[in-house]
Amino acid sequence: MQEAMINKAKQLLADGTVNRVIGWKKGEFVYDITPAIFETAEELDADFVYNEFTAANVSKYLVKESKKEGKILAFLKPCDTYSLNQLTKEHRVNRDNIYVVGIPGGPKLDAEKIKAKGITGITGIKNENYTLKIETVYGEQTMPFYEAISDKCASCKSKKHVTYDELIGEDGDVLESNRFDMVEKLENMTAQERYDFWRAELSKCIRCNACRNVCPACTCEKCVFDNPESGVENKAASNSFEENMFHIIRAFHVAGRCTDCGECSRVCPQNIPLHLLNRKFIKDINSLYGEYQAGEDTTTKAPLNAYTTDDCEASIVHERGVE
Amino acid sequence: MLRIAIDKIDSLFDAIAEKQTLYIPVDREDGAAEYKKYESGMKMSNSLNTLRSAKDFFFPQTENLVEFKMEGKQIEVKDIREESEDFVIFGVRACDARSFSILDKVYLVDPVDSFYKNRRDHGVVVSMACTRPAETCFCSAFGIDPTAPEGDVSCWNDGSYIYFEANTEKGKAFVDSISSLLEDGDASSLENVKAETKRILSLLPLSNLSTDSFGGDKLNEYFNSEKWAELSESCIGCGTCTFVCPTCQCYDIKDFNTGNGIKRFRCWDSCMYSDFTKMAHGNPRISQLERFRQRFMHKLVYFPANNNGEFGCVGCGRCLSKCPISMNIVKVMKALEVK
Repeated sequence: MQEAMINKAKQLLADGTVNRVIGWKKGEFVYDITPAIFETAEELDADFVYNEFTAANVSKYLVKESKKEGKILAFLKPCDTYSLNQLTKEHRVNRDNIYVVGIPGGPKLDAEKIKAKGITGITGIKNENYTLKIETVYGEQTMPFYEAISDKCASCKSKKHVTYDELIGEDGDVLESNRFDMVEKLENMTAQERYDFWRAELSKCIRCNACRNVCPACTCEKCVFDNPESGVENKAASNSFEENMFHIIRAFHVAGRCTDCGECSRVCPQNIPLHLLNRKFIKDINSLYGEYQAGEDTTTKAPLNAYTTDDCEASIVHERGVE
Repeated sequence: MLRIAIDKIDSLFDAIAEKQTLYIPVDREDGAAEYKKYESGMKMSNSLNTLRSAKDFFFPQTENLVEFKMEGKQIEVKDIREESEDFVIFGVRACDARSFSILDKVYLVDPVDSFYKNRRDHGVVVSMACTRPAETCFCSAFGIDPTAPEGDVSCWNDGSYIYFEANTEKGKAFVDSISSLLEDGDASSLENVKAETKRILSLLPLSNLSTDSFGGDKLNEYFNSEKWAELSESCIGCGTCTFVCPTCQCYDIKDFNTGNGIKRFRCWDSCMYSDFTKMAHGNPRISQLERFRQRFMHKLVYFPANNNGEFGCVGCGRCLSKCPISMNIVKVMKALEVK
């Protein structure tokens, strides 16, 4: 796949369709891959990589990149195309300046899951029949491929590219995913259990803002939490309640716009399952307003932006809140 | 050398915790390790390092500095400083142990930071030599020997015993206070343990990383380097690297309006943030490139310029593991390096 992508990129650079390419650049190890822009065939040959660790969603970079001179080639996985569509719908990107080549997605692996097994000193990782053979300075280790799959891929919602100019490989389908299982588990908890769950998780927050900054739905020029004039600007929590509010407010702000790309949880240095907040909103929107997938297209009005006489009454919140 | 059998370590922790607050690294459910206040029954983590660094003990993410109370035209200024309790941090790795001496160079020079000094005076650092360094480790590049960690007391683990050696007066007093639980024993097995760790260190992918091309006199070589544009291109401007870093030391001071007064507090700041060092006239670093450059220039050029050549990084590798886009000081050093 990597070779086909490099060849495609070279071809599109050579024929003038695009003047640069956004993809992934190899790192010091097998897993520390950085999103990067490539401008020449030489750069592509030297550093372009696409493998089990290229999990990063590059859609958000297109907000800035698509405003520059000339077209950019973006290699997008199925989940990334939902983000781009949503950004197009919100007029945050100039879609005309982007040439999308759809590529097959995951499952991608999460190096942290490998390290959590106590495997360290990693110098190489190979997938042999769904067993990971991990070369380390302490000798070879093995673990099942499936135990290293990143959370966002473990509950993949779709293998379908919802926007592209061309595809490498065949397109897939929207999947029956298990992505609401944990949300249901939380819904079935008592209010106190649920409160304790979230307090334990959110109290780990170090307010690094990685979740917000990586989120393709968070594209405000100036976030209220960074704006000294807003009255809620804060770099650190003066109490633990504030961390809860930061994440809950953020989840509200992206409600109906979050495509469930999973980047927030992928990047959280404290492994907080932030995506569960967003999934709760998605699940509620589905049940209260009818099935809706943000980013599926660029034209449909989002349920929270549209009024119909069938909309549920506001009292539903009160009714559901009663235990 | 004084030592205790590993299966008796719990009784040692119990004894220490009886006299003062003890923090040890413990494993969380998600596999990451973090420092926790010791309570009987807790098991010490075997992890190489904690997710957050040990700097939190001396330089917490947020702390109150002073309070102002307003009544009519009267403003009362309340000094809220209190003497810190005595505490022990057990199991600090060599990288974090060195980070304290870097923070000392910032906070214990004139004007001395009384909040930091208060905790420093009351904390005993018990370090633990590394036996399983990771691929992300590069402390050797900064002259740190992970088989001989600094700290008030250094410890080594040979799989059967933990050995203790006091390095400071505070460390001696601590070892004396637990001496009834320790025995004098042969420490010759440690030579093999150290030799094996050093062998592993030489196999690590970053073992050849060199700081030779960096230092206080390299301002002009690197400040205007064309490489910064490419290096900072995909930085998302979050604060992860700065907040997991044991040596990042910048803070912001903020006022919280309580309604009838002000609580003035400080909290960690990040040079990656858009309002970093924002002043009345505006922000001196308006682009992410400038802010990104600040972090690495600080560690590799400005800090050594002001501190007799000492770098502001200890090679713990946390930023290598945690950066959302896997950009880090090693990649920056390798890209910038002018031999």
